[in-house]
Amino acid sequence: MASHLFHGQLIRLAAANADSDTDTWANWARDSEFLRLLDSDPAKPWSRQQTRKDLEEEPKPHAFPFVIRTLADDRLVGFIGLWIPNWNHGDGWVGIGIGHRDDWGKGYGTDALRVLLRYAFTEINLRRVSLGLFAYNPRAQRAYEKAGFVLEGRMRQAHHRDGQRLDELCMGVLREEWEEKNSKIQD
Amino acid sequence: MNSHLFQGSLLRLTAANPDSSADVDALMRWARDSEYLRLQEGDPAMPRSAARAKEILSNAQDHDGATFILRPLDDERALGFVGLWANWTHGDAWLGIGIGDRADWSKGYGSEALRLALRYAFTELNLHRVSLTVLEGNARAIRAYEKAGFVLEGQARHYSRYDGQWYGEVFMGVLREDWEEKDSSSKIQVPN
Amino acid sequence: MSISDQLFEGEHIRLAPLDPEKDAETESKWTHDPDYQRLISAQPVRPLSPGQIKKKYEEAEKEKKHNQFVFALRTREDDGAGRLIGFARIEHIEWNHAHGGLALGIASPDDRGKGYGTEALRLLLRYAFDELNLHRLTATVFEYNTVALRFFEKAGFVIEVRRRQALNRDGKRWDWLHLGLLREEMKDKDSRFKFQDSN
Repeated sequence: MASHLFHGQLIRLAAANADSDTDTWANWARDSEFLRLLDSDPAKPWSRQQTRKDLEEEPKPHAFPFVIRTLADDRLVGFIGLWIPNWNHGDGWVGIGIGHRDDWGKGYGTDALRVLLRYAFTEINLRRVSLGLFAYNPRAQRAYEKAGFVLEGRMRQAHHRDGQRLDELCMGVLREEWEEKNSKIQD
Repeated sequence: MNSHLFQGSLLRLTAANPDSSADVDALMRWARDSEYLRLQEGDPAMPRSAARAKEILSNAQDHDGATFILRPLDDERALGFVGLWANWTHGDAWLGIGIGDRADWSKGYGSEALRLALRYAFTELNLHRVSLTVLEGNARAIRAYEKAGFVLEGQARHYSRYDGQWYGEVFMGVLREDWEEKDSSSKIQVPN
Repeated sequence: MSISDQLFEGEHIRLAPLDPEKDAETESKWTHDPDYQRLISAQPVRPLSPGQIKKKYEEAEKEKKHNQFVFALRTREDDGAGRLIGFARIEHIEWNHAHGGLALGIASPDDRGKGYGTEALRLLLRYAFDELNLHRLTATVFEYNTVALRFFEKAGFVIEVRRRQALNRDGKRWDWLHLGLLREEMKDKDSRFKFQDSN
């Protein structure tokens, strides 16, 4: 078996801990750029109470949420998760966020994606993994491409912010593509 | 795509209807037959109340996979049920099936329900295998399962005790490749 | 065996109650160990927080299942509660058929190979056969868990069922095995529960 399913090279995936993580988590939402890179929802600061409730909630059977912690100093830097809308199609959606801008561009996201893809293909046994992103997030697109995702389509002008209409992009990675890239990797 | 997933030549796969007094009555009636109950499940055989029957019908879709009530092509009578309880990440499901009234046994309903359920399992749920257990000595059922493609995988000894006698629990499984061999309709035509 | 022979105390370990408050931290760590989880569970491995573990215990308490008996495995190294090293369960009991499932696990590789598992199994078998009066026990083992397979076979369990390719893990399909042990088949019936131990 692959040794340590939850560990990458820089980060590890772990369970959210409402007691210790709530403050850090809620504070990420003070940065509206973080929110706008993450989500289509109108950017809104996150309340401590709601954040705590969300972190305490037991994940549904079709949801696999994790927090991202650095291996070096066990610091909480973000979250990543897999959601299965329909098991019969074997497709899962990934959502990821690195919370604080000081932690952007350090490779945490790419590492977390690699760990998650291994989990998706060898524990959940999906046939493909999908994700969506916004045209104004080239850093994310690069990270996704490095992790093996392929650009599959654009929803033209589906996004509207700051007076600009921009595309939403769809990316995906097939199991076979992932297996080919990863067959030689020894953990 | 393959023709009608829910329909065979004798019966169709339909939703359970907890608001139908006919469905509730049917489930109660089946449970008056203790042989039916003992062949179905390990719980101590108990006659069913209307409330319990209604609860079973309401919960029919409350699991991963699907449970269907079997009805003839031309009327609403509940003949029996077939269900698939999916273990998604492993691509496996447990199959349960029952034809309620013994007057309906040995008429081909069970075999057809099996055929439809397996087609559903492999072409709609996209599973890799389907599993089931059956009471040792239930030769009729074991024959029907084998005809549908299930392979014997073992037997748990002294699993159940009825009337002072021990019965084994027979385990059977059908892999996608077993099913493809047995079921000619498994060669799916995709329209071009 | 008589009622004066202890049900819960082994030589180095004991069958103990769960302590949701004290144990939640340790159990949370165990859920972050996918190698261990993949040996003891078919469900997709998931890390859980201590809070989530406590919630599970609370829900289990409320349910008050009458067909399972769950123990914590603890060392007897001190007079206090002892160190939590794993779990042991008799579960899925069908009382009318006098059968049940048996499961146990020792979380840390450092605690394995010391005879703790054998001790725990001996206590569990006595509990199942002489306290619950069961007639048959089932243990299920994943094909890739060769250590568990040897462990149960040594104790007298017989491989009865091989569910082909019923597991999908790590890019491969594996068989899921069911092993059975009947009360009358216990090895070495005279000095029962003292089966061959060669760790």
